[in-house]
Amino acid sequence: MSDDNLPTAHDAVHGHGEAAVAENPFADPGLPAHEPRRTDIDERAAKRAERQVSLMFVVSMLATVGFIASYVAIDKSKIVYIFPLGHISALNFALGMTLGVALFCIGAGAVHWARTLMSDVELPAERHAIEADDETRADVIQQFKTGAGESGFGRRKMIRNTLIGSMALVPLSGVMLLRDLGPLPEKSLDSTGWKEATPDAPIRLINMNTNEPMKAEDIGIGSLTFAKPGPSASRPGGLQETDEDFQQAIAKDALMLIRIQPDDIKDDKSKGLGFEGVLAYSKICTHVGCPISLYEQQTHHALCPCHQSTFDLSDGARVIFGPAGHPLPQLKITTDPSGYLIATQDFAKPVGPSFWERSA
Amino acid sequence: MKKLSARRRHPLAALVVLLFALVASGGLYAAFAPTEQAQADSSAQSLAIDEGKRLFAVGCSSCHGLNGQGSSMGPSLVGVGSAAVDFQVGTGRMPAQQPGAQVPRKKTIYNQSEIDQLAAFVASLGPGPATPTKDQYTSTETDAISKGGDLFRTNCSQCHNFAGAGGALTQGKFAPSLENVDPKYIYEAMQTGPQNMPSFPDSTMPEQQKQQIVAFVRYQANEAPNPGGLSLGSLGPVTEGLFGWIFGLGVLIAVAIWVAAHTTKAKKS
Repeated sequence: MSDDNLPTAHDAVHGHGEAAVAENPFADPGLPAHEPRRTDIDERAAKRAERQVSLMFVVSMLATVGFIASYVAIDKSKIVYIFPLGHISALNFALGMTLGVALFCIGAGAVHWARTLMSDVELPAERHAIEADDETRADVIQQFKTGAGESGFGRRKMIRNTLIGSMALVPLSGVMLLRDLGPLPEKSLDSTGWKEATPDAPIRLINMNTNEPMKAEDIGIGSLTFAKPGPSASRPGGLQETDEDFQQAIAKDALMLIRIQPDDIKDDKSKGLGFEGVLAYSKICTHVGCPISLYEQQTHHALCPCHQSTFDLSDGARVIFGPAGHPLPQLKITTDPSGYLIATQDFAKPVGPSFWERSA
Repeated sequence: MKKLSARRRHPLAALVVLLFALVASGGLYAAFAPTEQAQADSSAQSLAIDEGKRLFAVGCSSCHGLNGQGSSMGPSLVGVGSAAVDFQVGTGRMPAQQPGAQVPRKKTIYNQSEIDQLAAFVASLGPGPATPTKDQYTSTETDAISKGGDLFRTNCSQCHNFAGAGGALTQGKFAPSLENVDPKYIYEAMQTGPQNMPSFPDSTMPEQQKQQIVAFVRYQANEAPNPGGLSLGSLGPVTEGLFGWIFGLGVLIAVAIWVAAHTTKAKKS
């Protein structure tokens, strides 16, 4: 392109570049002179830019087709090796790449279109006061007063008051829909899977790893073991992972078992609930119910990974740091005549986080 | 007799009596002494214990006491077993460099035979878990990895992260990453519960389950594919969010600046 095609003088309509005058150094300099783009003055360049934009949109279309094709065609368990990334899922890679290309090309095409072909003439938009002029306002107020007078809104108070009442009550239907968040837990959070344990019909503690009952001597000092309830009247096979309600049940029943030198237990009540230093605490954090078992065997602190609530298990699981509001409930355990660890009663307090109906 | 008694004041009489007493006592000893001679115990095990005791006196006794009984500086080693020594010294955690919340892993300063000698000495102080052999921590099951994954998520992932990448604990303590850790040390750590890690004795987690966990950890560290491409350390939302904010938004801002800075004017101003 040669300079011959360029305008030689500044456009009188758009350019007021000469407005800056020497006598007032702070005068509004106005907009700089408008300069055309290559695509504005060269029809071939404009055509080329048009083709480029269309090409990007076509690539986007192809990428979307590729997205659907790879979703259908690629097996989700297929793992491929791609150099800088290593062994990755072929499906994830294909979906990410095609969707990424499809979106990028739309964006890049739109930007290219706007920059090369859409009008780039500078347009000043001056700011004005938002309110209407006095005459219009007076007219609107007058109209409002007339309307209000004709409707008798101020005079017929019964209509007015019932209208206000109905308008105020309508949002309640939205509030009612929140009921779908229920039902309220009522008493279901007060008891756990250990609730059927009595001295006559105790429930054994089952090791989560081996699925076998445990003896007290199996729990070494400084060790950590997880337990779930064994057979009870309503659940003759004990809690099993194959049970339909396993997740709901284990969210309340899970225990962590530790053993502390009896002399190191600071809380006498806690010591009494354990058996020869073996203590059984709920594994559920009393803040928002995360499984909490980051147990430090030297300090006897248990830490919750979610919000760092820290409990001192040697001191009745007292909260020593973090947002939890209650100590971890402790399950009273003892052994049966054959030496297996058993529970003879439920937790004395509800496990897990606080709730409105919480009794203790 | 008269002759004998006449010479009883002879200057050499005392010497004669002394000689006679020596001969008699020597003869009696020869006659009644036990025939089996006391043998110095020179078996390999005992030599290792002796050698270990010497190493212990130099390198460990200032904290753990001359006989491993412990002091205010270090815990008693009676009953910790050879597995604990093999783990702590083999991973360079012991001897500790400085007191602190946690003794970190560092370069080992003893070679394996010295570690074995130290372990033999500490094991002789009281019964405890023994250093495992290779077939104790190597699983031969075909489904060990999947079973190990279940056990890992129940017992280990809360501290060591779902992929074994490690995590933070309270007051400067941390659960170390399990990547590039020798299977033997993983097994020993479960057995002995080093520092603040709880132990998982064979009574609550049998040997076979420890093997499965080791198999899973090795698989996770070495072979597990990375379905999403970049693992970003397998640390979850922390690194992913950081990556998204810094690289994702950063690239967008950079592109926006680049687009705006490049004029399409026919004449460069």
